[in-house]
Amino acid sequence: MKLRETNHMEYMEGMEVIASDIMDRVLKATKEYDYYKYTSVDVYSVLQKDALTVDDFAALLSPAAEDFLEVMAQKSKQETAKHFGNSLCMFTPLYISNYCENYCVYCGFNCQNKIKRGKLSFAEIEHEMEVIAATGLREILLLTGESRKSDVEYIGEAVRLATKYFTNIGIEIYPLNTDEYAYLHECGADFVSVYQETYNPDKYEELHLRGPKRIFPYRFYAQERAILGGMRGVAFGSLLGLDDFRKDAFAAGLHAMLLQQKYPQAEISFSFPRLRPFINNADNNPNDVHEPQLLQVMLAYRLFMTYAGITISTRERAGFRDKVAGMVATKLSAGVKVSVGGHDEVSKGDEQFEISDPRTVSEVKQMLKARGLQTVYSDYIRV
Amino acid sequence: MEDKLIIGGHAFHSRFILGSGKFSLEMTNAVIENAGVEMATLALRRANVGGEENILDFMPEGITLLPNTSGARNADEAARIARLARELGCGDFVKLEVIRDTKYLLPDNFETIRATEILVKEGFIVMAYMYPDLNVARDLAAAGAAAIMPLGSPIGSNKGLLTKDFIKILVDEIDLPIIVDAGIGRPSQACEAMELGVEAVMANTAIATARDVPLMAKAFKLAIESGRAAYLAGLGRVLEHKAEASSPLTGFLEA
Ligand code: SF4
Repeated sequence: MKLRETNHMEYMEGMEVIASDIMDRVLKATKEYDYYKYTSVDVYSVLQKDALTVDDFAALLSPAAEDFLEVMAQKSKQETAKHFGNSLCMFTPLYISNYCENYCVYCGFNCQNKIKRGKLSFAEIEHEMEVIAATGLREILLLTGESRKSDVEYIGEAVRLATKYFTNIGIEIYPLNTDEYAYLHECGADFVSVYQETYNPDKYEELHLRGPKRIFPYRFYAQERAILGGMRGVAFGSLLGLDDFRKDAFAAGLHAMLLQQKYPQAEISFSFPRLRPFINNADNNPNDVHEPQLLQVMLAYRLFMTYAGITISTRERAGFRDKVAGMVATKLSAGVKVSVGGHDEVSKGDEQFEISDPRTVSEVKQMLKARGLQTVYSDYIRV
Repeated sequence: MEDKLIIGGHAFHSRFILGSGKFSLEMTNAVIENAGVEMATLALRRANVGGEENILDFMPEGITLLPNTSGARNADEAARIARLARELGCGDFVKLEVIRDTKYLLPDNFETIRATEILVKEGFIVMAYMYPDLNVARDLAAAGAAAIMPLGSPIGSNKGLLTKDFIKILVDEIDLPIIVDAGIGRPSQACEAMELGVEAVMANTAIATARDVPLMAKAFKLAIESGRAAYLAGLGRVLEHKAEASSPLTGFLEA
């Protein structure tokens, strides 16, 4: 099998091209972003402002801002409270399939690896949903691997089943064309998460060797197609640590900001997956994202986009999640199983990554309560 | 004569409308009691009927529910949310919010007028959240709104009465209760709004983000009562520094 056979900047057949200049603008600004030019004086003056420009955001992501984490955290806590009060939305992901036809070199799930793959039947999906709904949750995120083996009709049917149990249905699946997003929206999905992994096209090319995911611009424009397809909101993120995390964090923020400017009704949210640095390698690599860097990125987003949803994943440890809830994050998952199915059914596929916070929905709710925060189960009605 | 707030034919003693959703639901009772409010808003999208943390389960008996249409991006969505609220037993009051900007959360005045027309025909008592614009307020009144709710400053900003002069125009020109919604950040600002002659004040974030939520609710109650009393009493003349010159310009006039 020939690797790297295609040009990663050229669309494959069947991939929709939309008229938009957002990608060019993001890539240009990211290329020009020189985070070493910001000094502590710049950061200090940004922290005196109430509405931040793109350049201010760039300053908060710079190494100079690392010394201001505490001030940023205090400010972020106030902004989060002003916009979201003391509420945290809770949801759980359900993996319905893990087929994958891509070859991302950093992922053990890629199509070159022999792992256990599977997809749930509709009866199994419904049973999983019943079990999840019984915990009180009303928001669910449906995930598939990136393969058309779980096709749009299959996902649509899963979404329809979800509407029986949940008020808020998100999907984290491979990028689609506008009409396909419109179809899933009609089935009942509202929110689409797609992560660009890295916004550096050269690095992207080296890391994504095969499959549709290799096509950088098609993935980049997924959120915009989702909005055009009628979705209420979209989530952005990059896999921090794959490349220069400051640039990737800057790019994802700018991407979201420009999209919201173009479609002011779109709800914006962010996730911050990261590659964990090797323990013995601490401080060696400036690309490494340790907890302080992760928090810096999250805080910079909150101060730049005070209105955006910020999700904190179970990949982070409980001690970190508990503290960022209410300070910066507005949404968290609980009761997470990262295998295919596995909430009740015996898992039908291997797990893609390990979680660090295995607590149940009610345990997380108790924690929030003890911290003076309220759990929100329902935050949306579809009309 | 007793000083009452009349909205859509219903009389209220309290001129404080409480927002909800930004503080823990278990506090609702204590906050309502301290605030002395008779009307509280709730976001219908937070209603989780039959489920956990359902805001409707926390509203005490006797309170007038003011369901809001937050989440609606156009008039039709707002109308559907209002109908759902009525089906859930929230009554006929509706706080109409139509917003299609997730960043500033500024209301869409045009769609708000359209939604008011639809909902008034269906018998709703519409209290319309709006950006203070006299023409829009007139159209809302003509469409049958029961109260006009201009924003003081953007939702959640706690910046107070940035739109003061425009709100005053509404107070002077519109023959409906003007109620300041959004932006009030501290009791003194609520008091200032009441002195201006608005009929009531709504607050949420300022209370929810206080260190002691029930106590701040009480502070707002007192400020609103005080501002109302000041308005009724008629504010006296406040002399500007050096306003009366020692050689008056009109001293030459003969009797
Ligand atoms: S990251 Fe996703 S698309 Fe890439 S190989 Fe892993 S599962 Fe497949």
